[in-house]
Amino acid sequence: MFSEEEKKEIDVELGKYPVKSAAGLEILKIVQKYRGWVSPESLSEVANLVEMTDDELDSVASSYNHIFRKPVGRHIIFICDGMACWLKGYDKIIEYFKNRLGVSLGETTNDGRFTFLPSSCLGVCEQAPVMFVDDDLYTNLDLEKIDEILTRYK
Amino acid sequence: MEKPLTKNFKTDGSVCSLSEYEKRGGFQALRKALKMPPGEIQQMVTESNLLGRGGAGFPTGKKWGFVPMGKDAPRPKYFAVNADEMEPGSFKDRVLMEGDPNLIVEGTIISSYATEAQAAYIFIRWGYKLSTERMNKAIAEAYEKNYLGRNIMGSSYSLDMYIHTSAGRYMCGEESSLINALGGKRGIPRTKPPYVVTCGLWGKPSVVDNVETIANVPHIVSNGAKWFKGLSLTEEGGTKIYGVSGKVKKPGWWELPMGTAIGEVIQEYAGGMNDGLQLRGLLPGGASTSFLTEEHLDTKMDFASMAKTGSGLGTGTITVLDDENCPVGMVNNLESFFARSSCGWCTPCREGLPWVSRILNSMEAGKGEISDLEILREHTVFLDTGHTFCALAPCAMNPLRSAMQYFGDDFKRHVTEHRCPWRD
Repeated sequence: MFSEEEKKEIDVELGKYPVKSAAGLEILKIVQKYRGWVSPESLSEVANLVEMTDDELDSVASSYNHIFRKPVGRHIIFICDGMACWLKGYDKIIEYFKNRLGVSLGETTNDGRFTFLPSSCLGVCEQAPVMFVDDDLYTNLDLEKIDEILTRYK
Repeated sequence: MEKPLTKNFKTDGSVCSLSEYEKRGGFQALRKALKMPPGEIQQMVTESNLLGRGGAGFPTGKKWGFVPMGKDAPRPKYFAVNADEMEPGSFKDRVLMEGDPNLIVEGTIISSYATEAQAAYIFIRWGYKLSTERMNKAIAEAYEKNYLGRNIMGSSYSLDMYIHTSAGRYMCGEESSLINALGGKRGIPRTKPPYVVTCGLWGKPSVVDNVETIANVPHIVSNGAKWFKGLSLTEEGGTKIYGVSGKVKKPGWWELPMGTAIGEVIQEYAGGMNDGLQLRGLLPGGASTSFLTEEHLDTKMDFASMAKTGSGLGTGTITVLDDENCPVGMVNNLESFFARSSCGWCTPCREGLPWVSRILNSMEAGKGEISDLEILREHTVFLDTGHTFCALAPCAMNPLRSAMQYFGDDFKRHVTEHRCPWRD
């Protein structure tokens, strides 16, 4: 069942397109925002609403890096692995995260606090290296800065 | 030096408000355009020699000329602005949307009018949060002022504009994939023909143009094709947003005349290499372009001059490779990206790119064999144009082929010494 908040945002998205299925991706993002990830039940619910089969909608959902079809941690760290970030020390940052959080790319910390994911080039190359934590962009990263940033996410 | 695209940019990173934009002449181009027949605007853009800034350099006026026009044209028609900008190393469209969102809105309205579109979609990538926020505000304010909506500024033209934020898929930057994604389908490329200009979004005529491309349109309408051509150092009209990233003193972006030399951008604007480092190579316009080296620094950065080097202008945002980083490692980074980005539709791309990626990975880990070099070389032939469904894999081969050409010894050292010489 969609919550009242979800319904409100979903209606805005449906209004943008002449065809319901076109709003599928945006609705998945709304559902993910409130529920953390897109479970098979959530996917079904959205598919039903936008008049697609579950498989059709999953073919859309599964093509995007930012639709989570598995449960994730409370916060998502996206480390940019674009070439500018690679040139400016991506490997060291990955190493540091592994030591600091004990997780490799694609994994979630045991306490469920962070999921650690790679991202293709984030388009902020002149300020490399960069990362996102949830919706927040952090640029010109160094190891000390990362330590401080992580304390903001509980 | 005139800088039409960035003249309203604030130095403190804040955004030019709508009233300020109007005071500086904003939306006068739209006022003028609405009094012109759409065909006349198309003609002006054609004469200006505005080439598509997404990377392919297709003449914008010519593309618009393919759209069915007039009473008998299928309707509704659509206009989509490609703001997906997922080409690694590229960030110019973000700069434009953050810096002057009103210009992007005005450019989109005029471009939509010139192609008789009823609705416009701005297709923005997931990570461009600030761009999305500023574009949303600019669109809302344009509605309030009747620059959008019913009967724009008292004319008979009506247009709605929406933002679609994607969720991270490189393939969506290709126009037919973008149209699929926008229409609610998986973002994979379509068979062409039919081209999207005749059969695009929900089967209707649709134009897909890059952010930087449409940002030029209001200025062409206001000042004319001759003025636009005069901005450039070469035959290709206008200015260009160039950028530099990598280990240079001042990474950043600059609006410069089209045709500014590579070396000038890197030396004079990006301040040259960081102290103690040498330039080994560069990708001139994103991951899909071929490496160039010091011998190419005098090349003018326009589409025609860059094509002569065997590389391309691409997005015009340069990534510099220094001598402290391993060329094989950089190519490994690129090919792992391309392997991940394959949509899996055609076999050469789906199977070939991961194969290339695995080989480069093993070379970096000291496990490469001499025979691997031949396998890599074969891929640059068999994944080239004509063997695949779309341009993704051929583009992925550009940096590999050129790296093997310019940094051949580095590849050899990896497989003969069984280690990456840049690592301990």
